[in-house]
This record gives sequence, structure tokens and C-alpha cells, in this order.
Amino acid sequence: MSVFDPVEASHAAPSDGRSWLERIPVAYWVVGLALLIMPAIAGDFMLFQIFGWTFILGLIALGLMFLGGYGGMVSLAQMSIAGVGGYMVAIFGVSAIDTISLGWPWYVAIPIALVIAMLFGTLTGWLAVRTEGIYTIMITLAIAAAFFYFARQNYVMFNGFSGFNGVLPPMLFGVDWRDPAAFYYLTLFWAALGYLVVLYISRAPFGLALQGVRDNPRRMSALGYNVTAHRVAAYTFAALLAAIGGILLTWQSAQISPGTAGIGPAIDILVIAVIGGMRHPVGPFIGAFIYVILKTYAIDALVTLGLAGERFQLLIGVAFLAIVFWSPDGIIGLWDRLREDRKRDPLTGRGGEGP
Amino acid sequence: MTDFVRRHPIWAAVTAILAAILIWMIFALWPSWLVDLIGKKKVFLNALFNGITLGGLYFLVASGFTLIFGLMRNVNLAHGSLYLLGGYVGYEFAELTGYWLLAFPAAFIVVALFGILLQLGVFRRMEGQDLRQTLVTIGISIIMADLMLWGWGGDFYNISAPSWLSGPLETILVTSQKRSGDLVYLKYPLVRVVIFLAAVTIGVGMWLLLNRTKIGMLIRAGVDDRDMLSATGARIQLVFLGVFAFGAGLAGIAGVVGGTFQSVAPGEDIRFLLASLVVVIVGGMGSIPGAALGALLIGLAEQFGSVYMPTYAVVLTFLIMVGVLAFRPQGLMGRS
Repeated sequence: MSVFDPVEASHAAPSDGRSWLERIPVAYWVVGLALLIMPAIAGDFMLFQIFGWTFILGLIALGLMFLGGYGGMVSLAQMSIAGVGGYMVAIFGVSAIDTISLGWPWYVAIPIALVIAMLFGTLTGWLAVRTEGIYTIMITLAIAAAFFYFARQNYVMFNGFSGFNGVLPPMLFGVDWRDPAAFYYLTLFWAALGYLVVLYISRAPFGLALQGVRDNPRRMSALGYNVTAHRVAAYTFAALLAAIGGILLTWQSAQISPGTAGIGPAIDILVIAVIGGMRHPVGPFIGAFIYVILKTYAIDALVTLGLAGERFQLLIGVAFLAIVFWSPDGIIGLWDRLREDRKRDPLTGRGGEGP
Repeated sequence: MTDFVRRHPIWAAVTAILAAILIWMIFALWPSWLVDLIGKKKVFLNALFNGITLGGLYFLVASGFTLIFGLMRNVNLAHGSLYLLGGYVGYEFAELTGYWLLAFPAAFIVVALFGILLQLGVFRRMEGQDLRQTLVTIGISIIMADLMLWGWGGDFYNISAPSWLSGPLETILVTSQKRSGDLVYLKYPLVRVVIFLAAVTIGVGMWLLLNRTKIGMLIRAGVDDRDMLSATGARIQLVFLGVFAFGAGLAGIAGVVGGTFQSVAPGEDIRFLLASLVVVIVGGMGSIPGAALGALLIGLAEQFGSVYMPTYAVVLTFLIMVGVLAFRPQGLMGRS
């Protein structure tokens, strides 16, 4: 399966005597610094709408990348889990719908929301791991649809079609976290944390075992690993990432409704992960950035080209199809191929890794 | 059947009792306590027949899906888009010519041709990479949904059935008794009955084709072991092409049926894709009888759900799927 070729970055870092600070690649310093000083350069719209949204969608898609890239399981239920997280914060916390919202303080509501979303994710995983490969996509798609319709028809808990509005982040440390710069740092923090944790887990025993399960479940089972437990645990972890993303998403738009976790958004998360690439945790963020840029500016671009602005979906669909057709590993795959080509000796045609 | 009774006497007895109760509920005049308990008999009968006919429609969509999946291991997530395309093509053709019946072959041919294009241009290029094929079908369905929205707009289209099919059908089933002692008989839309019968005919025809003809033998052999079949010299690519075209054409016909039953509109593609997903998950992937059973179950669950517990109708469908997955992951009729 070429979309999910083995992730090579799984061998432990060599201990060559340098301190861990010196072993951080240069690219990390550059990107990290650029992201940290971004509020000084970019305007409010860029910070809140473009970068905030990119980090949130990237975080949700990161869960899918973790499942797909390391676990070999493609789940379309990530957005539903994010939706559960957002809904639970609205139900247990404060929202404008005070007949349903319990109004509990954030330090109670958020942990409850995370736990419930993770339970939902675990349950989804438990159902989905009974099947493999393409069946998983079908079943998680059905679960996502069921959640969407349930939330739309249930007025007692989910407030039906209109959902909840006025869901705001708590005023922690006296900061208004919906202020563009503050929200930017908030989402950046969680996205970076999620990225680093996924990178860490991919090299930790659990991640290595998960990659083993992906490559050869029978052998791992013969070695004494519990294949099902590893897979379900991967779903639980991906659900945590999605739930954090879902809560941030709810705060960003200050509302949550069934449409947030509909079938379209569920597929969008898959599109983001595939466009970016599922081989490295940076992929989802690249994919999310491209998606957000397209979604924000494509309408203007289409209008200048003389097409109707509503043809945005067409553009996204064509981009997705092109990526799946020509570079199954997404943008990362293209990048890797380019680098390989540059290294290749023009005479021998062999890779340039020394003689 | 006797085998089943011998092996599972308790289940057989439960099934027999349930069937007897159902038959009694259909034919008998309901006593007043039953009416007090679950409402009028007319509502019940309508839900039952609507469920069965909706199941027929679901079967038409899902059988193509399951046939393609069974042979090519290709989860065609663009199947809902094929359904919608069939609906639009059928509508245009019926409007153009004025003949409702002509809409069926037109939709079948156009959508089957489109299916051939898909198989030749897309799926043959990535044979055996089933996950990638699935991703590609997602991309195709996004593009097709937007192109159809572009072409036909967001309006609802209804394909109107001809006049000789439009009236109600007087059935022999009694719904209630008037004070004067006259019996009230159930009236049911004739077009739904006819379409359901057509679905049954197509289903039986498919079963005969698969089990009694040489082409069917080839297809069944391909389902069992594709590589071995091609090693024996069968032209498997041609079989693939034929099955894909046929499955796509069935989705097109189902689109016309759906446009007559309900309406053709954007969003229906996702609805019917999901319905066929749930149907084949419940029934067992790649199995035609499984698709029939699953379609019937899901159609009944949806209709009874929307009548007797309107808020949670979708959840009922979902619970059936979860239950099947939890206890029989390969589906009711699937082979493990």
C-alpha cells in the first residue's frame, strides 16, 4: 500500500555526545522562531483565521496521520470526535443556550469533555478494528454520519440543528484568549505539543510496536503483542488530539453545530492528511495550511478567473485527486522525491550517499 | 431450511412465532387495546410497506456496490454520485421524450458508460492498491457532486410517474372497521408496488445470472480467486469492465427510481452512499442475498423508526450496524 509506506524515521537518534539542544535540526529553530515572532509581522486576520485554523485542522488531522501513518488505519471519524469534544465543552461549560449548558467551570468541563471524546474515540476504534483496510473507512464513515444525524435530531442534549453558540474560552490569567495574538499562541502551543508528542511516541516502544502491528500483525501477535489493544489505544490517542482540536475549533468560531462535524468536514480532514502526507507528523499541518489558504482565497482567485466562487469544492477535489494520482505520499512525498533526485549522480544514476 | 431448524431449534421457534405475529398483525382486524398501545393499523401497514419498498430501492443501489466490491475489492465511494447522476439523466430524458419508461434504459446506459470510463481511466491504473482506489473515489465524488451542482443547481427535481401508474392500489388488507360495519381497505400507491416488484425481478435475475450462466460462473470464480481465474486464461479485465458497468448502471436505474419515489437533489448522493454502506456492512460485503436482506432490514428500520420514534430513527439504523459488527463482523450473509 503505497499511501502508507513504512515510516522510516523510527530508529532511535544516535547518541553522538552532543546535548539534546544541539541535536535539534536547524530547520526546527528557523520554523519555530518564525512562528513565535509571527504576531509581530502578520495581521489579525492572518493570525486568527489562517494560522489559528491551520493549527486546529492540522491537530485534528494529526490524529488521522498517527492512525494512518503509524497504525495503517484510516479513520473518517476524527472530525466527529472533535465534534464530541466541542459539544461536551458547550454542554458542561458555559454557552448562550443556558437551558442545556450546565455552566460548570472550565477546569471541570474541559477534562470531562476530553474524557468523553476519548471514550467515544475508543468505542469507535473498538468497532473499527474488527475490520481492516478499506472496511475501516466504510465503518468510520458510517459512524461519522450517524453522529451527524444524531446531533442534528437530538434537541435534549445537542440542541438539534442550531447547536450551541456563545461558547467562549475561559478568561485565564486575565487574558482574552479569543484575541487574535492570544488565540494564535494558544493554538500554536497545542499544535506544537501535539506534533512533538506524536514524534516522541513514534519512537517510543508503543509507537514502534504500533508500526510493527501495521507491517505484520500476525508476527507481532506471535511475538506476544496484543494487536487489538495496540490498535484501540492508537484510536484513543488520536481521539485526544482530535478532542483538543475540536475544543479549540469551538472556541474559534464561538459556536458548534452539527454541520461542524458533518460528512463534508470529515472527508476534508482526510483530504488534509493525504494532501500533506501521512509519513511524517508535519504533513497534516502542511495539508491544513494549503487547505485553509485555498478555502480562504480560492473564491477570489476563481472570481478573477471568471468562474463562480462556489466552485471551491471542485478545486479541492481536483487538487486531492491529483495528489492521490501522482504522489500518494502527499506534499512530503513530492519533497522527498525532489531531494532524492538532487542527490542522484547524473552519470551512474545511483543515490548520492557517498561512494 | 430443515437443516437450520435442526441446528438451532430455539431460534427457529422464535422466528416462527415472530413471523406468525407479523402475519396476524397484517391480516387481522386489530383489537382496540393494540390500537391504544401502538396506534392505528393503517400507520403500521404503511410503515411496513414503505419500509419494504424503500428496502427495494436500497437493494438496487447496494447490489451494484456489493457486486463491484465482491469482484474487484474496490470500495467505490463515488457510488452515491453515480446514483445521483442516474437521477438527473433520467429526469432530463423523461422531460425530453415524455416517456417515463425510457428514463430507465437512458440512465442505465449513460451511467454504465461513465462507469466504463472510470474503470478504464482510473481503477485499472491502480489495480490491487485498494486504499488508494478508495481515496481516488472520494476525490471523484467531491468533483462530481460539485459539477452536478453546477449543472443542475440546488433545486429538487421530481421525476413524475405516468398516469397509468399514479393512482392508488386497492389492497385486500383491512385497516379498520367503520361504525356502520363496513370494512376499510388499505390503499397503497401503485407506483411503489410496481417499482418494488421490478427491484425483486432485477434481484432474482441477478441471482440467476450469477448462479446459472457461464458469465456468472466467471464472476463467481473471480470473487473467489481473481489471480487463479486470470491464470486459466479468462479475460478478467473484460469481466471487470462488464461488472463495473453493470453495477454503475444499476446505480443509475436506482437514481431514476429514487427520483420517482422522492426527489433528486444535491446531498442525496451522500445519503444513498451511506445507505448502501450500511446495507452491505449489515448484509455482508460482496453478497447479493446479503444486500437484499440488509436493504430490507435497513429500509424497515428507517420507516418504523421514523413513525414510532421520530427523533432517533437514524440511531436505530446505526444500532443495527453496531450490533451486526459486534457479533458478526463479516455481516449477516458474509463469509468469514
